Parts: sequence; C-alpha cells; structure tokens
Amino acid sequence: MCAQCLTLFALNSSLECFPNSVANYIDLAPMPDNYFVRYLPLLIHFLVAVGFASVVVTLSWLIGYRRPSRAKMSPYECGMTPIGDTQSRFSVKFYLVGMLFILFDVEAVFLYPWAVILRKLKMFGFWEMFVYIAIFLVGFFYIWKKGALDWAAPSAKRGEV
Amino acid sequence: MNPIQIIPHAADYVRILPELVLSVFGMIIMLIDPLLDDRRSRSLSGALALVGSLVAIIATWMQSQSPGLGFWNMVRVDSFSIFFHFLIASITAIVILMSYEYMSVQEIRGGEYYGLILFGACGMMLMSSAVELVLVFIALEISSISTYVLAGFRRRAAISAESSVKYFLLGSFATGFFLYGVALMFGATGSTTIDAIGNVLRSGHIPVLAYMAIAFMFVGLGFKVAAAPFHIWTPDVYEGAPSPVVAFMSTAPKAAVFAVLLRVLFEANAPGRIWLIWVTAALSMTLGNIGALVQDNVKRLLAYSSIAHAGYLLVAFAALPENGIPAAMFYTAAYAFTNIGAFAVVSHFGGAGERRVTMEDYAGLGKRSPLLAATLTLFLLSLIGIPMTAGFFAKFYVFSAAIKANLVGLTVIGFLNSAIAAYYYLRIIVVMYMREERDDSPVAPVPFALGMALALSLFATMYLGILPGRMLDYASSSVSDLVAPAMQTMPVQGIAQVH
Amino acid sequence: MHLILFLIFGAVCVAGAVNLLLQHHPIDSALSLVVVMGALAAEYLLLGAEFVAAVQVIVYAGAIMVLFVFVIMLLNAGEEARSGGSRIAWVIGVPGMLLGGILMSWVLLKHSGTGQVEVGSLPGSPQDIGWLLFHDFLLPFEVTSILVLIAIMGAVVLASHAQSAEKKEG
Repeated sequence: MCAQCLTLFALNSSLECFPNSVANYIDLAPMPDNYFVRYLPLLIHFLVAVGFASVVVTLSWLIGYRRPSRAKMSPYECGMTPIGDTQSRFSVKFYLVGMLFILFDVEAVFLYPWAVILRKLKMFGFWEMFVYIAIFLVGFFYIWKKGALDWAAPSAKRGEV
Repeated sequence: MNPIQIIPHAADYVRILPELVLSVFGMIIMLIDPLLDDRRSRSLSGALALVGSLVAIIATWMQSQSPGLGFWNMVRVDSFSIFFHFLIASITAIVILMSYEYMSVQEIRGGEYYGLILFGACGMMLMSSAVELVLVFIALEISSISTYVLAGFRRRAAISAESSVKYFLLGSFATGFFLYGVALMFGATGSTTIDAIGNVLRSGHIPVLAYMAIAFMFVGLGFKVAAAPFHIWTPDVYEGAPSPVVAFMSTAPKAAVFAVLLRVLFEANAPGRIWLIWVTAALSMTLGNIGALVQDNVKRLLAYSSIAHAGYLLVAFAALPENGIPAAMFYTAAYAFTNIGAFAVVSHFGGAGERRVTMEDYAGLGKRSPLLAATLTLFLLSLIGIPMTAGFFAKFYVFSAAIKANLVGLTVIGFLNSAIAAYYYLRIIVVMYMREERDDSPVAPVPFALGMALALSLFATMYLGILPGRMLDYASSSVSDLVAPAMQTMPVQGIAQVH
Repeated sequence: MHLILFLIFGAVCVAGAVNLLLQHHPIDSALSLVVVMGALAAEYLLLGAEFVAAVQVIVYAGAIMVLFVFVIMLLNAGEEARSGGSRIAWVIGVPGMLLGGILMSWVLLKHSGTGQVEVGSLPGSPQDIGWLLFHDFLLPFEVTSILVLIAIMGAVVLASHAQSAEKKEG
C-alpha cells in the first residue's frame, strides 16, 4: 500500500508539465495534498528498517552462543598462517577513477531537473544542456587521451605528465 | 502563456565575452595537449595561452562598449568590472610570458599548467563582474581550485606538494565560511543579489543576522587575500609553490577577491564595515611586516610582504566610498605589477629546482648581473613606496583617503609599518650591491619572453608612478557604479518569488 | 510531529558528527559521516527541499562516501595514533567554540519568528529547481562545467605526480 502510494506520487509529480490531455488518460490516485503525508511511507520504511536491524542484532546477541577458542579467533581456520602485512598499498589509479566517477555523477544529477522542465524551456533548453555536456566531453576526451582510463599500460602513453 | 524571456540576448554573451574567450582557449589546450610530446606541449600550449589572454584583453575592450546587466542579473559590466578584467588579463599574459623559461628549466609539462591558468583567470574575471553571490561563489571556487593545483606543480619538490595540500585544506575551509555567510545573508535579506541586499540594508532596519553574514563572508574572502589573522598559510604556500605561480596567485586572485570585497562592502552597504576593516588592516600590516623582518628566504619574505600589502590595501576599504574605492583599485593594480615583476626576477634567478632563494644567494648580484639587480631594485623600491614608482602613489592615495575619513589611528599605524617595511626591502638591495658574492657561477641570460614580462611590469610600475592621473580618474569614474547602482537595475527576482 | 521529527534528525546529525570526531578508526569515522549525510537529507526533506534531499542521498551519501571509504580501505589506514593535541587548541579553542556557538544561537534566535511558512509552499520540487537552474541561474550552471574541467585536470595532474613517485619507489 505504502509503496504504491509512493510510486504514484512520483508519477504524478513528473506528469505535471505534460499537456493536460496526456495526464487525463492516466488514472491518478488522489495525491495527498499534505506534504507530510506524502512522505509518511518513507518514514515508515525508515522506522521498519531501523527496527528490524536492531531487533536482529539484539536477538543474536541475546540468544547466540559465544565460545571463543584459539582456533576460532585465528584469521583462517585452516591453511597457512599469514606472514607479514596482508594488505599492500593500491595504485593511485583507483582514486583517479573514483574521483572522475563523482564528477560525472554530479553531471548526471543535473539532468533530472532539466528533463522535467525541458518542455517549458523549448529548444533553448536543449542547447543549454548540449553546451554543458559538450564541455564535459572535452574533459572526457582529455582523460581518455591522457590514459587515465587505461588500466593495463601503466604510463607508456604519450602525454603523461 | 510564456511572456518570460528564455533565450539570452546577444548582448548577454558580450557581457561574458572575455570569460568565454579564456574558457574556449583553455578547452583547446585540453584537447590538443594529450596529443603532443613534452617539448611541443610546452611551446604550443604556452603560445595558445598567450594568444588567449591577449584576445581576452581585446574582448574586454569590446565589452566595455556595451555596459549593463547580463544573464538575468548575474553579471554586470561597468567600468569597475572592466578595470579588473583588464588587470587580470594583463597579469595572466605577463605570467604566461614569464612561465616559458621556468617550465623548460624545471622540466614541467605545459598543457595542464597553462590550461589551469586560463581557467583560473576566467573564474577571477567572473568574480569581478558577478553581482550575484551564488555566481561569485562558483567563480571563487574556479579560481581557488586552479591555484591549489598550480601550487603543487613542482614535481620533484616535496615542499611543493605540502604547499598544495596546506593551501587546499585551509582554502576549502575558508570557502565554507564564505558560503555560510552567503546563506546567512540570504536568510537576513531574502536575496543573494548584491544590489538587492544593498537595498534591504539601506532601508534602515539592519537585521542582526546581516552582521553575522558579513563577518562570515569576510573570513572567507580575507583568507583568499591573505589578510591577518587568516594569513598563516601564506609563507609556507608561497615558499613551496613554483615562482611564476606565486606571481600569479599573489596578484590575480587577490585582485578578484578585492573586487568582490569592494562590491560586497560598498555596493551592498555592509554594516559594521569600518571596525571589521580597521582591526584586520592594522593586524595585517603589523604581523606581515614583523614577520618579514626575520626572513632569510626571499620567497617567504615576499610572502610576508604580500600580507602587509593586503593590510595597506584594506585601509582604503575603511575610507569613504568616493576616495576609498579608487584608492583601493589603484593600489591593487600598482601592487600587482610590482609584485609580478619582483617574482619574475626571483623565478629567473632561482634556476633549476629553485635552489637560489635565500638572502645569501643574492649577495653580489649587482656585480654578476647588473641589469637584473637594477630591475629588482626598482620593484623593491616600488614595494617600499619611493616616489616615482607606482607604490608611492598607491600608498599616498590610500592614506589620504583614510585621513579624509578621519581614520587617524589607522593611518599612523600604516606609516609606522611603511617605515619598518623599508628596512627589509632595503636589506635585499644592500645584500645585492654591497656584499661579496659567495659563488660566481654566471647568472643565466634572460630569455626574450621573460625579458618582455619584466619590461611590461617595469613599464607599468613606472607609468603608474610618474603619470598616475589617468588610472586614478578612470578608477574614480567607477565609484558611481558601486555606490548608486540601484537606478540601472532591472526588477530583482529573488529566489523566493519564483512561481 | 513535524518539529519533533526535525529535532530527532537534527540530534542524530549532531551525534553522528561528534562520533565522527571521537572514533579512532578512519572507517568508523567515515561510517558516522554517512549517518550525518543521511540525517541531513532527512532534514532537507522536512524543510520541503525534495530535490536537494534526493541529491544529498545520491551524491553525498552515495558517491562521495563510497569514495571516502574506498580511499581509506585502499590506503590501509590503521588506527590513529592519539596525540593530546596542542594545549593552545584546548585553552583557546574550546571557549572560542562555546562563545561562537552562543553568539550564533543568540543571533539566530533573535532573527527567528519573522514569519512562518507552510512546508512545501516554497520552491523545492525538481520543477522549481529546474526552472531556477536553467533560467535564472543559467550562467552559474554553465560555469559549473568549467569548474568540473578544472577538477578533472587537477585530478589527472596530482595522480600522475603520485604515479611517477610510485615508479621511482620501484
């Protein structure tokens, strides 16, 4: 029930800028006009999640057996005993990809408010986003050619700084 | 149904033309740089960057023909913004000229370096013409982030990475303060447009929140201009960063931030302005000069001197608008050209790995390279404020503006500080001419591009020192842009009023 | 009800932030930061800023926190060594914080009560944000892309410095 309510809300809000004729074809459930009621399902969901998680953890702590022994506490219960530090430092490439991901993620976020208002902005709205994405593509071309996305060949590329 | 105009006019684009030029050139550099090898990347992207900054100067001139608001009250082109556009574009051009030699001596790859300088300059220009605090914030971020990265460009020096990280961490913190101040200002006045804020604050009742907002914004901006007590980062960062980058970041971003401060303090009629400035200016001058007295590293010395100069400049902000604004503008330009010239010499003399930077290294420079020493001497004299140089009139206008506003205490502190400052600048000159040289390895000859940079900044320093009238008249003419802008404003759309 | 929820999430947010500072292991700190971000998203939602709340979850609680945790794990950062901190930080910092906090709350309390607004009546939906972003604030929006270009260049420059250092180590 609650999930349905949420989905319908999402549908409804995104349909607002459609021409009325389109909206009429879709049978909309009456949307709660109270802002708080709209998000009530989300709150219930949150409470259930928190409640469930804490109940499970508490229960397992209360009724579980705990009998630690030396073998159980060792990192592996069978095989070789690990020697030295098991972790080594990772290549900087991981961070680079992580950072670049965030930048493009932020770009994608802007697409949403743009998409819901595109009709109102007419053709100019298209060009606004076109320029924006074109500038991003310059950056994309740059990191591509720089070999920042190239995993296998470490730095044989030309143009490495 | 839609009487609201969606598409910007052609005039709107003219009003951001220099910024457009710089970002397009920056993008071209980004596109071609990965395709070039190290040597060609240095020369070609350097040439492109130089052309870009020159075209930006032409674009600024074109822009000055059509002043007005653009992009729905986001930017305003007036003689004030034109002044700073010219200043920033010429600083950029001179820095690019002086970078050619540095890049090849230090074996730094050029593409990113020049690209970041162009984008950074684009942000700074935008700051000087923005009349909307949200846009100011984004432009400030562009200029800051590019300088954070530029500070770390000396590849082999750990000190450079340290400088970059320090600058980044403290700088982001300061930006946070600025942003919080903007948010509080929106809370206090219901707008983020500078003249709308000004209208609210002029209307009589000033909300307490507005004082708080101004204080927060001032903390953020004060950090960027290295005004005490937000100056601690300056010596370390300047010492570690490449010298041409120091020349850039001690002048262009400062000029841009001073432009924002002028707009916020005068155009928005910030409450509590005089006391805020009084304390900061006095502290900056004193701490900067006392710190500089004990420095042995010339880059650190110039860093402290730049703190002190931020202090002198801030004195003008406490004065009345009609004297203070032109004095501040004149000081910004005079300091920029002088300082950039001084750093050009430091950068050339430092050599590979910037090894020669202490006072000892400068001993006997007067004999080893008379021309270079003479040039540096002139710049140092201008920093002291000796007549016939730009520094003299800059200080003269600032202090006379302060006297006219009855700021006697601040003026006295300023004079005392100028006297202290003379000591350490003269110390460099004495070391250059009077002390026996320690090593007599020949100083590398000055290449053409660096010579151009030196000649341009020297010319500007002397021109402003001998014929200051024209610049000052121009600066005075832009006072009316800041003090009475309400007449030319279109109806303001605050965020709260939208649909 | 509304106010109560707002206060609860506010308390969760502050508690998460304090916990972030007190934890010894960076991973624990990062996870408390997730709590802070999530609680902030709830606060935005309660203030009627639906779009901002969604972005807060997607970008901050999602992407940025993933990167944080990623970096901490890859760096293999262990437990922090505790230093007492400088004495000046305690002597000046704590009273300074208190003073600042009191001043701030005084100012905000003095300013509050200037007017009340129904939740959801101010712009906050994606349509409103879209209109502001693509009409009134078109220029700042486009300029953001330049900001991102700089960030990309900076990331590549810094990473390649680190890479050449790595190679030198062997």
